[in-house]
Amino acid sequence: MPEPVISISETCRERLGYAAAFTPALLDPEIGEPEVIAGPNGKSAKKRYDVYRNNVTVSLINALSDTFPATQRIVGEEFFRAMARLHVRQSPPTSPLLSDYGRDFPDFIEDFEHARNLPYLADVARIERAWLDAYHAADAAPLHGHMLTAIPPETLGQAVFTTHPATRVVRSRFAAVTIFSVNRRNEPFGRVKAGEPEDALVTRPRLEVFVRRLPPGGARFLESLMAGEPFRKAVDAALEEDGDFDLTANISGVIEAGVFTAVMVSEHGDNG
Amino acid sequence: MVAVPIIEGARAARFPAFPVGGTAGASLKPEHLAAIHADPAPVGFFEVHAENYMGAGGPPHAALAAIRERWPVSLHGVCMSIGGPQPLDKDHLRRFKSLVERYEPALVSEHLAWATHDTTYFNDLLPLPYTQATLARVAEHIDEMQEAIRRPILLENPSTYVVFPESTLGETEFLRELVRRTGCGLLLDVNNVFVSATNHGFSALEYLAGFPLEHVGEIHLAGHAEQEDDEGALLLIDSHDGPVADAVWKLYEIVIGRSGPVPTLIEWDSDIPDWPVLKAEAEATQRILDREAACPARGMAHA
Amino acid sequence: MTRTALSAAYLAGAVATALGTGAIAGPMTEAEAEAAMAAGKEKCYGVSLAGMNDCAAGPGTTCQGTSTVDFQGNAWTLVPGGTCASIQVPGGRTGSLEPLDRDLPT
Repeated sequence: MPEPVISISETCRERLGYAAAFTPALLDPEIGEPEVIAGPNGKSAKKRYDVYRNNVTVSLINALSDTFPATQRIVGEEFFRAMARLHVRQSPPTSPLLSDYGRDFPDFIEDFEHARNLPYLADVARIERAWLDAYHAADAAPLHGHMLTAIPPETLGQAVFTTHPATRVVRSRFAAVTIFSVNRRNEPFGRVKAGEPEDALVTRPRLEVFVRRLPPGGARFLESLMAGEPFRKAVDAALEEDGDFDLTANISGVIEAGVFTAVMVSEHGDNG
Repeated sequence: MVAVPIIEGARAARFPAFPVGGTAGASLKPEHLAAIHADPAPVGFFEVHAENYMGAGGPPHAALAAIRERWPVSLHGVCMSIGGPQPLDKDHLRRFKSLVERYEPALVSEHLAWATHDTTYFNDLLPLPYTQATLARVAEHIDEMQEAIRRPILLENPSTYVVFPESTLGETEFLRELVRRTGCGLLLDVNNVFVSATNHGFSALEYLAGFPLEHVGEIHLAGHAEQEDDEGALLLIDSHDGPVADAVWKLYEIVIGRSGPVPTLIEWDSDIPDWPVLKAEAEATQRILDREAACPARGMAHA
Repeated sequence: MTRTALSAAYLAGAVATALGTGAIAGPMTEAEAEAAMAAGKEKCYGVSLAGMNDCAAGPGTTCQGTSTVDFQGNAWTLVPGGTCASIQVPGGRTGSLEPLDRDLPT
């Protein structure tokens, strides 16, 4: 990505090596402070360099803590920050926008052996990451129901939907939506059974982000439509996955939640 | 005199061109939004970190637009990595440019520091040696940013904790030369001056005597924290988590006495207090600015 | 072909029923969603949670130093200590178990 530096001489290039020399120890406490720096007037640079190490590490852990508050509440702050510190050192950000950071944190949690007794934790983190994406997504007016009722019945099966920029689906083998929800409130809660599979729909039709639990077959239905597959194919896929799929309720849900922004029917779509 | 955003050609401004000169402002924090909108006279302007408004949409933009409708806004970039050796991030330049176009800020600033190396973003303001080679590189970066956003920026002096033995130029000398080469202005962070002076054992007053105050377009004030270095001496951290220190207020009054009333921001980024506490810091700043503006000789020079 | 004909009628019927007279024809607001839930009229896309309020809406950029000191190594003795004790995973366990008694590889 960086463009090759061609405009400066070798001597200058050496003089511009400070960043390469300064950075390796920032995320590795085993490496001593860089040789290119010093304290003033012959003083040691050790604690002084530690200020930068600390700023980098703490601010990035804070960023993960801000993005994954329910995940943090589930494991407690001490455990979360220790886990986040490992992730920060392993996968520091590659974008200057911290709202983009933490995309691989759920996968890290899934593989993290000290959290393996909490198999739902990674999915809760996935919902939280989707929440932040929905929060920052582009604004768009959601699809109104009358756009759908205006489509002639014989072509409805070929209807294709445009997904709202904020819409995300997160599937889980665990009760990730319930666990997410009770842990985003700062209130005590009773016993939660994690074993019930729950799929999440994350949307932001206006300024509020909503996280909803999808009914049987709902996630498959939405994933199919979001992939650009026609309406009939999505219904078939949902029914195939779950015989309890309720099309009427799902159509209401799609409109109520603002999952899509537009619907169109191709003029020469096939009829099967 | 009104600080009017620079607008290309005949494009109409989306927002009012509020004056920012001689006013005190405050960091805009989401937790204060309701209190600010309910306050009949909050502060003179609000400053935001540009990167927090680089998402596509959603509540951040709705909130900033509502603020910009009523008050001047200052865009303060913290991630451009102007002080780094590698080329600027073109995507980030584009994002910054569109933000400037979208909000028509009264002030735009960045730091004499760097934060990205190779592809890693470190989320801190890291220091650089002051040499002819870094001077040339930083000047190129400022030129590039100013061309991208089509207006001059204000460059902020950093808080530092270490020195580079290879440095051959002083910081004020370095900044002065950047102004000469690029036409940029300066953001004088008085707390940073005090922090660096304490950490490196130089005189803050001497530093300020060498600072080209005539090019300062904005001043920052903030709180700092105290730690110790390896020798047990005081090491100050630019923590933005408390009120402005008495010594920094004294330095600020000296600066304003020499520069005249420059728009001044109270920065508060951690342990955010209730709005009235932050506002009180800005009001104290405004009193100093108003006292200076009322001074007849100064009034002539800066009318 | 039979299936297609049935499907077309089925699809159209479902749309008409879902979006017919009196049904909600656009996204609910937070207040509407809460009212619907309170009245027991929540349909299928159950609303779990609206947005957190703005002041906790994700990470901000930083241009200040932090005074917390946090750069220790990798010795690992921690167990999850939050609400996980109330969350029962299949098999009846909760998350709070003894620590894994060794250091992580660096």
